[in-house]
Amino acid sequence: MKFCFDLEMLIKDLCLNEEIKMSENKQEQKSNKEKRSVPLGVWNKCDNCHEILYAKELNQNKKVCAICGYHFKFDAWDRINLLIDHETFIEYDHEMTSADPIKFEDLKMYKDRIKSAMAKSGRKDAVITGEGKLSGLKLGLGVMDFSFLGGSMGSVVGEKLTRLIENSIKEKMPVIIVSTSGGARMQESMCSLMQMAKVSATLAKLSEARLPFISVLADPTTGGVSASFAMLGDINMAEPNALIAFAGPRVIEQTIRQKLPEGFQRTEFLKEHGMIDMIVERENMKHTLSRTLKILLNLNYSDGKGVKNAKN
Amino acid sequence: MKNYLEFEKPIADLHSKISDFSNSDNVNCRKMVQECKLELNRTRKEIFKNLTTWEKVQLARHPDRPYAKDYITSITDDFLQLHGDRLYADDEAIIGGIAKINGKSIMIIGHQKGRNVQENMRCNFGMPHPEGYRKALRLMRMAEKFNLPLITLIDTPGAYPGIGAEERGQAEAIAQNLKVMANLKVPIICIVIGEGGSGGALAIGVGDTLAMLEYTIYSVISPEGCASILWRDASMAPKAAEALKLLAEDLKKLHIIDKVLKEPLGGAHNNPKKIAQTIKKFIISELEKLEKDDLTFLLTKRYNKLREVGEFMENKSLGTF
Ligand SMILES: [Zn+2]
Repeated sequence: MKFCFDLEMLIKDLCLNEEIKMSENKQEQKSNKEKRSVPLGVWNKCDNCHEILYAKELNQNKKVCAICGYHFKFDAWDRINLLIDHETFIEYDHEMTSADPIKFEDLKMYKDRIKSAMAKSGRKDAVITGEGKLSGLKLGLGVMDFSFLGGSMGSVVGEKLTRLIENSIKEKMPVIIVSTSGGARMQESMCSLMQMAKVSATLAKLSEARLPFISVLADPTTGGVSASFAMLGDINMAEPNALIAFAGPRVIEQTIRQKLPEGFQRTEFLKEHGMIDMIVERENMKHTLSRTLKILLNLNYSDGKGVKNAKN
Repeated sequence: MKNYLEFEKPIADLHSKISDFSNSDNVNCRKMVQECKLELNRTRKEIFKNLTTWEKVQLARHPDRPYAKDYITSITDDFLQLHGDRLYADDEAIIGGIAKINGKSIMIIGHQKGRNVQENMRCNFGMPHPEGYRKALRLMRMAEKFNLPLITLIDTPGAYPGIGAEERGQAEAIAQNLKVMANLKVPIICIVIGEGGSGGALAIGVGDTLAMLEYTIYSVISPEGCASILWRDASMAPKAAEALKLLAEDLKKLHIIDKVLKEPLGGAHNNPKKIAQTIKKFIISELEKLEKDDLTFLLTKRYNKLREVGEFMENKSLGTF
């Protein structure tokens, strides 16, 4: 007796974490290549136009290719500094770290994976949350960090985002979450999956309080993160050329056994199919967010004291 | 034609012996049938006493297991199936409609798997497209409007990964259901009757009571998927299954679910009537409890339960690493 859908299941489930693996592989390959050809950290090659870019210039240009406009992955703290007014950011829960709820062990122990991710990234987990001012407007901000286990969502990401949203309701602040994640974190199994429901439930409360939630989707946003809060913005904005998907392209390719069209599941494709409101380039992100919130909240451009028109 | 799993082989042998002997009028044969039946019972007990995690995973996917429609037919009266999401199509991977249970009106929604190729072509092996989740969403909102308690039966390998599903917003469809269910103003009872495959299962799985049948699984990724990523070898699936803590008993211990519903000896497929009765009784008693709560209390309780899920460390000095 043989089960008919083992293959389908395998393929489907790969999607949650496939992007993590892909990017890890890619990073490995990239760094190997870099070691061989160009001095590490001095030069970068654009994934899109393949031009060799001077790393310092690329950083100054907010990790956007000066030649073709390709958006590289962007560091979480750089993102916060880009969006939030100088010295106004107050981080929440910066000591929170992952436990090991199901004592997960594959070829490596989950605990050790966490340890090495901490050492490698210098971060405690895959999201930074806090409050700060964006062009004078006080708001709650969560920024995911792809460099920490592929930005995967476990209990820490779920809890920090939930607290961020709960606190924003209390303080009557709008919420912005910048996503970049391969999906739910396998090593916490159902504890991870349920974080999707938990954060979404808190967003339902934010909606009831009639406070805006702007979701910013960066490369990549897939699996359990796209299938929960990242797709639930009152307004969904995405950076150019970001992979945004439920199932990763490789998984789908294996399922249907044909090549996917160029640009499939990229930002532009998502917009064409009605899933995001706008494509916003990194350099315009802060200004666009500020404009959007000030119109939504009926605030004047000079006035940045806070949200007055939220539910009273 | 019955299907047997590898470890059900002794049961299969006894079944075929019984049917061989039953075809004869010989007195001795009739005696043999009696003996075989006793032996069958003993064998079942023996096998089911010592099931491995992997065997339980296989039971959750057993092709003879009752599916959502089987349960709906046997536990409700006057089921009226409702079709379509009003946006794109009717996805048969999700079945739903209004019905009566013990004289009470309810909305009932479930994933639907097929028994043969034709059925599986139509219901896509129980893997919904966005239109399936949006049909479910439409029915949930209708349940709220007419104050009908919502029952969901979970049984899917996962949401379908395909071009059309992505084009029509699989991620958005799932996300929307999570948000709406968290705040839906009627009691919600969710029961895993087979496979709880990740986000595709959760999309009809947020509620006041979450129960699992004894031999069912619920996990963030399938053991095969997990094995091929973390072990780089899909054949390590049994090992991954153990690591993922995906069994009903594991998830009860982790406080992810509220209740494990015991299955008859030999599993749900061995006695579909009995397991249907168990489910029916559970729904009726659970509804009675939930309907006593006032709405604000019900919703607060639902939120707080979700709120509690997860484990983390707040202060590094308290941690183990
Ligand atoms: Zn370029």
